[in-house]
Amino acid sequence: MKYLRQFGIILFISFLGEIANYAIPLPIPASIYGIIILFLCLELKILPLSSVKETGKFLIEIMPVMFIPAAAGVLNVWGIIKPSVIEYIAVMVISTIAVMAVSGLVTQLVIRLTGHSGHQ
Amino acid sequence: MNHFFEDSVFFGVTLSFLSYGLGVLLKKKLKLGILNPLLVSIVITVIVLVVTDMDYEIYYNGAKYISYLLTPATVCLAIPLYEQFEILKKNVAAILAGILSGVLTSLSCILAMVLIFNMNHKQYVSLLPKSITTAIGMGVSEELGGYVAITTAIIIITGVFGNVIGEFVLYIFRIKEPVAKGIALGTASHAIGTAKAMELGEIEGALASLSIILSGIITVGFAPVFAQIH
Repeated sequence: MKYLRQFGIILFISFLGEIANYAIPLPIPASIYGIIILFLCLELKILPLSSVKETGKFLIEIMPVMFIPAAAGVLNVWGIIKPSVIEYIAVMVISTIAVMAVSGLVTQLVIRLTGHSGHQ
Repeated sequence: MNHFFEDSVFFGVTLSFLSYGLGVLLKKKLKLGILNPLLVSIVITVIVLVVTDMDYEIYYNGAKYISYLLTPATVCLAIPLYEQFEILKKNVAAILAGILSGVLTSLSCILAMVLIFNMNHKQYVSLLPKSITTAIGMGVSEELGGYVAITTAIIIITGVFGNVIGEFVLYIFRIKEPVAKGIALGTASHAIGTAKAMELGEIEGALASLSIILSGIITVGFAPVFAQIH
């Protein structure tokens, strides 16, 4: 029963996310509203952590597998990417590395300047 | 036989899970960084589809049930966020500075490279949302008049690339704080990078989850401004 209940709650919150996505005219997807709704439910003690924990951690663990179909789907757009494929790949590689380096280093610098840290 | 695969609901799901499992096994046995389970499983899936000359639609007929779980799984990212909320509150300034600088780096880096390569406006706006989560990125691309299919493909490739090279980039740039690692992975490569952050630790995973939300929203604000430039 525990897993059934947890999965039910998670699906229900996903559904609430869909309602929010439908009702609010912002380009924010259901999943993002869902994160915010579940977070508020936990933080405001509407739901105890134990009501979603195990099933939630399981879903997060298998999450990489969920990206395989979409990634294999890139095959479908190969035709339209092909003419400029080198440019697209170059922009993708360089900007991704740049974003990772800059956001990580800026965060780390501010942490060290203010003396806070994730290490406890 | 082909009819059987066309109707099969479990073929796509099984292929995805088996290839991912094989990817995990290969990584354990060979201990090579390049053997990222996600990359291995994508390559195996594509090879199977190409070699057997199977339509993507047939594969997707079953595989869509895994994609179906993506929204509930993303919703669950609220759990690590809740568990690490204390660390998050303590580092608000660093987190906001990191994500904002990351988004601006992404947009200006794309602008600079598009100018260097002499790419057109439509290609440019298709690339602008490349580091944010697919659902938001598609909306941004559509709004700015980009090729939504290209945006979707680039977003996914960016995610997989970030997942594969993430640890290496963090090592090279000496990014050692767990909070900073999470921000870097989430801001550069959204949910697929977050999957890598989850493997690194709870703090990394929580901060990467937060980065998906904030970098997505900040990009919605800045992308139209950048779209005016070229």
